[in-house]
Amino acid sequence: MAEYHNILTQVQVRGPAEMGLDERGIVAQERGVEPRFSSILGYIGNAQLGPIHLGMFGTIALFLGTAWFFLTGVGMLQSVDWSWQALWRDLWWISLDPPGEEYGLGFPPIWEGGLYLIASTCLLIAVLSWWIRSYLRANELGMGKHVCWAFAAAIWLFLVIGLFRPVAMGTWSEMVPYGIFPHLDWTNYLSLNHGNLFYNPFHALSIVFLYGSALLFAMHGATILATSRMGGDRELEQIYDRGTASERAALFWRWTMGFNASMEGIHRWAWWFAILCPITGGIGILLTGTVVDDWFSWAVLHGFAVEGGLYNGPS
Amino acid sequence: MALLSFEKKYRVPGGTLIGRDLFDFWVGPFYVGFFGVSTIFFAALGSIMIFWGAAQQGVWNPWLISIEPPPLEYGLKMAPMNDGGLWQVITLCAIGAFGSWMLRQVEITRKLGMDYHIPFAFSFAIFAYVSLVVIRPVLMGAWAHGFPYGIFSHLDWVSYTGYQYGNFHYNPIHMLAIACFFTTTMLLALHGSLVLSAANPEKGEEAKTPDHEDTYFRDFIGYSIGTLGIHRIGLFVALSAGWWSGICIIISGPSWLMPDGESWIEWWDWWPNFFTFASIGG
Repeated sequence: MAEYHNILTQVQVRGPAEMGLDERGIVAQERGVEPRFSSILGYIGNAQLGPIHLGMFGTIALFLGTAWFFLTGVGMLQSVDWSWQALWRDLWWISLDPPGEEYGLGFPPIWEGGLYLIASTCLLIAVLSWWIRSYLRANELGMGKHVCWAFAAAIWLFLVIGLFRPVAMGTWSEMVPYGIFPHLDWTNYLSLNHGNLFYNPFHALSIVFLYGSALLFAMHGATILATSRMGGDRELEQIYDRGTASERAALFWRWTMGFNASMEGIHRWAWWFAILCPITGGIGILLTGTVVDDWFSWAVLHGFAVEGGLYNGPS
Repeated sequence: MALLSFEKKYRVPGGTLIGRDLFDFWVGPFYVGFFGVSTIFFAALGSIMIFWGAAQQGVWNPWLISIEPPPLEYGLKMAPMNDGGLWQVITLCAIGAFGSWMLRQVEITRKLGMDYHIPFAFSFAIFAYVSLVVIRPVLMGAWAHGFPYGIFSHLDWVSYTGYQYGNFHYNPIHMLAIACFFTTTMLLALHGSLVLSAANPEKGEEAKTPDHEDTYFRDFIGYSIGTLGIHRIGLFVALSAGWWSGICIIISGPSWLMPDGESWIEWWDWWPNFFTFASIGG
């Protein structure tokens, strides 16, 4: 057996906190929160927590994100007649609900979906502010904007579900309720009302990229940990100047499946798989109910389903 | 083009589990080994069986080909070839191929002086498959409960089986598995992005370092887990997704747990009942 398994960090070295690079001499003073250390985090990764650069957009995002959270709580409380006991008893089942169909794209009274639209606006601005941060923080350090664009892919799905599709359907009632079981029920009924989402090819692609991402991260994470004795976790250094960890990691997959990525290339595979999950998913949702009303009938029409279904329980 | 520029010095004998140097060679880029041979055997046999089944049924539309498990009446016995036996043979071939593939990964790991994280990780994928076609059917007493081998027929199985238990979204372990899938995809996007953004900076900038990565994530969310930690957490969450997927279906079906027809929606009744019992609720 191998003598060296890299599961947890066994010896934690602790020096003064890293305050972050400040190559232009302007961001250091904008960073807040005194850094702290957690030895529990240190078993897995860095022990240091903080500092953080909140800035204007971070402050807006946190403030409006918190507002969304509390407005959702207010809506839940109202739905149980302002009973704190009932709030906890029914917590999994209750929600802040979107307006009824009769209001179309109009603005309903406050307790009939108005509060929901206000909360949704808070969430929208919070998410977009956080997205701007992902750009500005990278720009400050002269880095690429890959995090920003990946986050934009997730925001695309968020906008399709909460804005583009409801507008295309002509009613805010298509939006997702803010509650634990209610948002799962929304997912369930979207599928049932449109003839089984499994027959939506973009939904299928989205799941492929979701499972594919889990597979890729398992493969990549395991490969890096398995070569960490040779410095496999020093990915950037290995990209700039290939070492034996990179060579063995590449050869492992070449010998296993006849193909290998490079130390940089694996992160391009990772990036594309992960962002294609919400991109294809968003396309699938946008088409549902707008362009295609019943995915099962659509599948029968296009020859990849048969009337009555292919499986109806053990015979 | 079988050899990479640096490959030759790594192609050394040794590290095999079975067969000494009998199969210790490469074909093109592929390492063979005893388990390469057994992988090919099981994969080829299983694939031929699927095509044979398709030919028997006269279905050649690749979306509609479906090899069904045996009917309930056979219980856990072997079924005739044209009445589910084919599914049983294909299942055996699949497990043989997946197991061989994992052991071949062990041999390649040993040959390259790496640690065993990759075959260990792959075993979780095998577990998820085995939980669906062996563990749960055995606990329920019939191979009929396995899923059919077809592109869209297995999705019909997922729909059917999910609604057998009311609404599968209410299965708490299913929730956990989905949360792990979503989380690992987000982590993969963030990790891939961060490395690419450091190695591909703005025009005219010098290539960036792990210090830039740490600074970016501390500025962004107040914490940077670091170059080693991200691979630990990514692997852990990805394997958790596979593990809890297997568990969430194993607990749906066995009569002493959650018999067919019982609902995960009603399973949650303990929550409000607890509040009523404790006289907290109104």
